[in-house]
Amino acid sequence: MNNARPILNRTQIDIIIKRLCFQIIENHDDFSNTVILGLQPRGIYLAKRIHKELNDQHASLSIPLGRLDTTFFRDDFRRRDSPIIANKTNIDFNVEGKRVILIDDVLYTGRTIRAGLDAMLAYGRPDLVELLVLVDRRYSRHLPIEAKYIGTTVDTVESERVEAKWEEIDGVDELILKEQNTA
Amino acid sequence: MSGLSSKHLLGIKSLSPEDIELIFQTADNFKEVINRPIKKVPSLRDLTIANLFFENSTRTKLSFELAEKRLSADVINFSASASSVKKGETLIDTVNNILAMKVDMVVMRHPNPGAPIFLSKHITASIVNAGDGAHEHPTQALLDAYSIREELGNVKGKNIVIVGDILHSRVALSNIFCLQKLGAKVTVCGPPTLIPKYIESLGVEVEYSMDKALSKTDIVMMLRIQLERQGKDGKQVNYFPSLREYHLQYGLTLDRLERLNHSPIIMHPGPINRGVEISSSVADSSKSLILNQVENGVAIRMAVLYLLAS
Repeated sequence: MNNARPILNRTQIDIIIKRLCFQIIENHDDFSNTVILGLQPRGIYLAKRIHKELNDQHASLSIPLGRLDTTFFRDDFRRRDSPIIANKTNIDFNVEGKRVILIDDVLYTGRTIRAGLDAMLAYGRPDLVELLVLVDRRYSRHLPIEAKYIGTTVDTVESERVEAKWEEIDGVDELILKEQNTA
Repeated sequence: MSGLSSKHLLGIKSLSPEDIELIFQTADNFKEVINRPIKKVPSLRDLTIANLFFENSTRTKLSFELAEKRLSADVINFSASASSVKKGETLIDTVNNILAMKVDMVVMRHPNPGAPIFLSKHITASIVNAGDGAHEHPTQALLDAYSIREELGNVKGKNIVIVGDILHSRVALSNIFCLQKLGAKVTVCGPPTLIPKYIESLGVEVEYSMDKALSKTDIVMMLRIQLERQGKDGKQVNYFPSLREYHLQYGLTLDRLERLNHSPIIMHPGPINRGVEISSSVADSSKSLILNQVENGVAIRMAVLYLLAS
């Protein structure tokens, strides 16, 4: 993509993940009641990194990690030309009474997170839900949803797209900004 | 990824293998949904679906209704026996009256083959065929193939024998289309009176001996003897001498299975006539997928409705 402009490189992403983990540790004491949920399709990679980093720093912890798909809870279903294809949800624990850290890569309109909150409630009533995102696109929210832990913030216009790339699927860790229509 | 190639599900014949694979992938996700503590998702909450059953059904109707409710659609039910059809209303009039109440999708079972295809040319709502006469029953074939895929990993290359009343069976026809599209080899087996003429032209093998048919199969799909269809114009037509003789020749019993040196999986679309086409000990055995088929039916129907609504 010729018009792609990098925002964060691998080193910067690593540093941000470490910082976010320290912020989580400050708020979660012994993690005895904490679970992590990554949002499908692309939030799960950040969730894995955060989960691994927390485990690296506190080897004694075993924080449950789940993957949550929001497809069937989205509000733009039937407003698109083609169906939204679902991904796997994989949560082998109950979120009832838990402190949930919900993780996605990019926070934009807030609609995915809204769908994620609804999807999560099918697994019980958590005590507390916090949102962690790698990047917050400011001034673009359609819903009153804000993240508690934010990697970085960017100011963008609607025609732009912010994309987090992950080594596992894209071969490289980076955050880029590009024009949407030339893809 | 794009959606289904058609806005209706009228039969398997008009689906592509890619369509079938898309339905299976979507059903995987819905199967996970229906095993959650809260089994409902809001995907179709702005849709109204009419279940029009011009012919009796328990399983299919319940399965569709449950699928619709799990997707949060509004559901209205209609059965011909308690309706104005008895007063002489035509099919198009009945359906148009229901659609005038702002119904978005129609699930229809009808005793006449081709009724849903005819209807699809006259109305704009999406139609799902829930069985039309002896023509097709696409969601049954999809859930059967899905159950095989789940149990054996793949349908491709498998040998499947369909045993029983092939002549009157829409399940058999849809399954032949579906399994062949997925790369399986299909054999039909039954008394010559219940095997349609020229069925070989569909690319299936015909075997009249049950033991021979079983000797090389991975999956046995038993069909019900359709006692209600064994007559014509009010006259009884005997396709075989007696149910007892049918059971002896074509019934799936434990004895017959134990004589084989392999153990195929057993399927049946239901309802079962225990002691006629299948013995109780086989229907309830560990190789029987009959109840898995019922569970998968809901997931498959959710996937079909979800994809057609998109």
